[in-house]
Amino acid sequence: MSTGDNYEAAASNSATDVARFDETSSGIVGKIHHALHVTPALVPLIVLVASIIVFGLLLGSKFFSPFALTLILQQVQIVGIVAAAQSLVILTAGIDLSVGAIAVISSVVMGQFTFRYGLPPEIAVACGLAFGTLIGTINGWLVAVMKLPPFIVTLGMWQIVLAANFLYSQNETIRSQEIATEAPLLQLLGTKFNVGGAIFTLGVIFLLVLVILLAYALKHTAWGRHVYAVGDDPDAAELSGVDVKKTIISVYAIAGLICAFAGWALIGRIGSVSPTSGQLLNIESITAVVIGGISLFGGRGSILGTFFGALIVGVFTLGLRLAGADAQWTYLLIGVLIIAAVAVDQWIRKVAA
Amino acid sequence: MEPMLKARGLVKRYGKVTALDHCDFDLMPGEILAIIGDNGAGKSSLIKAISGAVIPDAGTVTLEGKEIHFRTPIDARNAGIETVYQTLAMSPALSIADNMFMGRELRKPGFLGTVLRQLDRKRMEEVAREKLSELGLMTIQNINQAVETLSGGQRQGVAVARAAAFGSKVIILDEPTAALGVKESRKVLELILEVKSRGIPIILISHNMPHVFEVADRIHVHRLGKRLCLIDPKDHSMSDAVAYMTGAAIPEAA
Repeated sequence: MSTGDNYEAAASNSATDVARFDETSSGIVGKIHHALHVTPALVPLIVLVASIIVFGLLLGSKFFSPFALTLILQQVQIVGIVAAAQSLVILTAGIDLSVGAIAVISSVVMGQFTFRYGLPPEIAVACGLAFGTLIGTINGWLVAVMKLPPFIVTLGMWQIVLAANFLYSQNETIRSQEIATEAPLLQLLGTKFNVGGAIFTLGVIFLLVLVILLAYALKHTAWGRHVYAVGDDPDAAELSGVDVKKTIISVYAIAGLICAFAGWALIGRIGSVSPTSGQLLNIESITAVVIGGISLFGGRGSILGTFFGALIVGVFTLGLRLAGADAQWTYLLIGVLIIAAVAVDQWIRKVAA
Repeated sequence: MEPMLKARGLVKRYGKVTALDHCDFDLMPGEILAIIGDNGAGKSSLIKAISGAVIPDAGTVTLEGKEIHFRTPIDARNAGIETVYQTLAMSPALSIADNMFMGRELRKPGFLGTVLRQLDRKRMEEVAREKLSELGLMTIQNINQAVETLSGGQRQGVAVARAAAFGSKVIILDEPTAALGVKESRKVLELILEVKSRGIPIILISHNMPHVFEVADRIHVHRLGKRLCLIDPKDHSMSDAVAYMTGAAIPEAA
């Protein structure tokens, strides 16, 4: 090598310490931006706390009581459970429009298997859960193996499952009293208990446990990291050793299972098994996910955010109702929140290093 | 001597485009084999066919004398073939440590790991830091930094460190120095020589002739979807190699 080529030698004495920089220069906006980038669930948490404080100040003890606050939990339990399933799917850059339909048909399977075929309620519940998982698995297979867009797959599945639900149930509701006397297990998740004025149901407890469990799985297991990697960039994930198909199928299958649990909780909540219930669960679950700060483009966000998102909707709904406002104000404000949440998401994505 | 990795008659077509046209390939144990060729000559397709990223339409691949049929890159990795792709194959929103251990995460020992399947973050971070330091990637401040916050060169460094840390039979590097600065390029070349000294053969795809001629033991010249010739960098000049790969000259042996 000639001396002219020896430019690389100049780098031989370069620094060997890990680089460090003062971080004070970024300013308050920079710090907030960084914190939000690292912990995306902070935005919905701040909005949640702020809205509870505002309604608490406006309505006083009517709103700010253990009873009212736990009533919110009861009102959002079904949407919260379904939104947890929706979060998993959206983290993989997919979407599941069939969540509500899966929840309803699972509850119908639990009811009809008990009352039409006389199966023990334990078996009927297990069948309902298995059925939800099966539909989810089919969704996942169509998305992962057949490479169909998730929107199309679940739009079709929504119609198929809903129609099958009405055909199979013959549009017939199983009444609450019948269930209470003959198969109380179906209403198990509606069981209430009182802790110092705060009313909890088993469904609410299930929601809390589910959120903690999923948050753990997403953050601290390899499977969770794979879910994020697949949503971020499926090709890169595949090349770096993630079984993308298996991950996607598992996500849709688990989403189906969770929706089936939501169907079970639905029986507990409304008492009866009704094939016409839960029609708005699709949109409500997507709303909770978006307000919770999970990116619809996949790979970003957390399940805690979704939980806060669902609670925000619950706080607004109950708060405005107690304040005597027209219900349309709730929808209007939620619409504003959705757009604001996506705007914040776009801002967070801008990495100002 | 039996080649470590051997391919015979590989064919890959994408519709009417032929990317590999009955291509042969040999990698000897412990050598650095450079693959050079014009853009579109089929270098990347050859690498993908060897590393399981695409399945060839025809032909055979053998590793240590045994015929192999990789269906996915995971199969190739499990067989000890580690690849750094031009696209780097990293998840931008995840951390450096997450990316380095993607698909082979370490779990905590005992109940936490086996039953709760909890990741051993601390150890993964330590190993990741150690591997980056071996490569001299000192400008990375935080091992939990998301990959999207790294510069292009730093990302490439992380990808190379990942392959060097886990490759046991063959390491394939697709343009490893293309985005790197002077110092990082030098480090990668040193690392390539160090991996070679451990006895692991390397396939190096590069357009950078000085780098190729500096480290390669043999050079595979790829042209129009197949191996045009194998040359020894000691007997040929860079101009010869460029002339062969562009079709300006025909190698005398062929």
